[in-house]
Amino acid sequence: MQILLDNADFASRMLQQVANGLTKGSVYALVAVGYTMVYGVLALINFAHSDVYMLGAYFAYYPARWLGYMPDTAEKPKAPFWLMGMAFLGAMAACAFIGALIERLAYRPLRNASRLAALITAIGVSIFLQNVGQMAFGADPKSFPRYVDQSSVNLGVISVGNTSILIIVVAFLMMAALHLFVQKTRTGAAMRACAHDMKTARLMGINVDATISITFALGSAMAAVGGILVAMDQPRLTPTMGLLMGLKAFVAAVLGGIGSIPGAALGGILLGVAESLVGGLWDTTYAEAVSFVVLIVVLLVKPSGLLGRAGREKV
Amino acid sequence: MSKPILELADVNVYYGAIHALKGVSLSVRQGEVVTLIGANGAGKTTTLATVCGLMRPRSGTVRYGGEDIGKVPTHQLVARGLVMAPEGRGIFPALTVEENLRLGAYARRDKPGIEKDLQHGFEIFPRLAERRRQRGGTLSGGEQQMLAIARALMSQPKLLLLDEPSLGLAPLIVQTIFETIDQVNKQGVTILLVEQNARIALKHSHRAYVIESGEISIEGESAALLDDPRVKAAYLGES
Repeated sequence: MQILLDNADFASRMLQQVANGLTKGSVYALVAVGYTMVYGVLALINFAHSDVYMLGAYFAYYPARWLGYMPDTAEKPKAPFWLMGMAFLGAMAACAFIGALIERLAYRPLRNASRLAALITAIGVSIFLQNVGQMAFGADPKSFPRYVDQSSVNLGVISVGNTSILIIVVAFLMMAALHLFVQKTRTGAAMRACAHDMKTARLMGINVDATISITFALGSAMAAVGGILVAMDQPRLTPTMGLLMGLKAFVAAVLGGIGSIPGAALGGILLGVAESLVGGLWDTTYAEAVSFVVLIVVLLVKPSGLLGRAGREKV
Repeated sequence: MSKPILELADVNVYYGAIHALKGVSLSVRQGEVVTLIGANGAGKTTTLATVCGLMRPRSGTVRYGGEDIGKVPTHQLVARGLVMAPEGRGIFPALTVEENLRLGAYARRDKPGIEKDLQHGFEIFPRLAERRRQRGGTLSGGEQQMLAIARALMSQPKLLLLDEPSLGLAPLIVQTIFETIDQVNKQGVTILLVEQNARIALKHSHRAYVIESGEISIEGESAALLDDPRVKAAYLGES
């Protein structure tokens, strides 16, 4: 009897961790698609992507503060729903613009340079954005506005936060929309063509430069959503909040097969669940190490990732 | 004599310090098939790349339909009917035959016209119709070349640039490809063709240029060039 009870307890703990992992993983996935789309087209790891994620959270913070929803003394009043909608859309638009601008200013001049030069530039842009963030926003943590009131929802043996459900639902919808966009629209077809072969894409009449700008803009908008969702769940903003997220999302993209959007989604979810299970059932100290172990194992065993294309086919 | 659709005047192109095209001048008139023959590295592909805007001349002019296109980006030229089927065919291996063809129509917005041209392409190349759901990478070399030409036709070319359509293909397939090129030309498409296989290129063209280390050395009617002793010796394997 005792064993049965223990097992039931264990099972519910497992389920709880899976739910937590899905939440984390959804955000990893949202950020990972940005890495994977840019890599797919330019074979570049855009290290600045994680800082666009950070900017997204800050861009959703300031409107609420300017409108008086962040008083210094009193209890924070709840921000209205329309403001949350505006914060999402505004941050997405601003990040899309910044993402495209980064490409235009930092990466496009290096399009024909060595890949190493572009990679080092990406690291440089990332450091630049973090420091601009510290100058503009201050290095001290900011607490996020009350766009939603956190509560928990009981689902039988487990309970999940309402923000968790929001994260999972929004992330899923965003990725489904992105997938449809890439697969079904004319611009999506241009993105896929550029990912396969940029020179031939040009010969098809595709404006390659514009397509690359759109790729950066879309990935950055997704990162902005990720940043806001995380800030709703853990309302603490710092200019370096992108660092660890960027690392995890990058691992998720590699795990799923860098260049593949469904791969990034799958990789993100798997990584999130794996982290939560290790953290919840074993030791939270080891949870942070999971992604690095995953990265090493993937690169050793299957560098093309779960859903990635293995190498380039020779025609 | 009809007016030239394409005119290169004293075009110089460099790869870094390498002077690849040394004052190339040539012209293609409306309705013609013109071939550019030459050995490996003579500048044939560079010439085509310069025409379609993938390379830029350091000096000299490229005129298409009377207009200087030296600064017009490739994708806009495609929309204006200057289309290239590249060397090595440039098939998207992971996309299906049909997806490849539809990308050829990327610059177009007329849906019914696209569907009509898709059917037309399948009529010219029944093999592609059989394989329309197959991935481009699984096709044989000849089928890929057919796909490359069919895809270029989807862009509604006025001037079609073909880079080595015979490359790596069996003689029988080469014959088929060139018969198709004749057919496409008869339907009103002007063609500039680059070939190493000089014999077949000269047989299937009106006029020809010979390019040697970046310079045009001989030009004339294709029929005349077939009998030209210099061409015979260097490119037709006769003495």
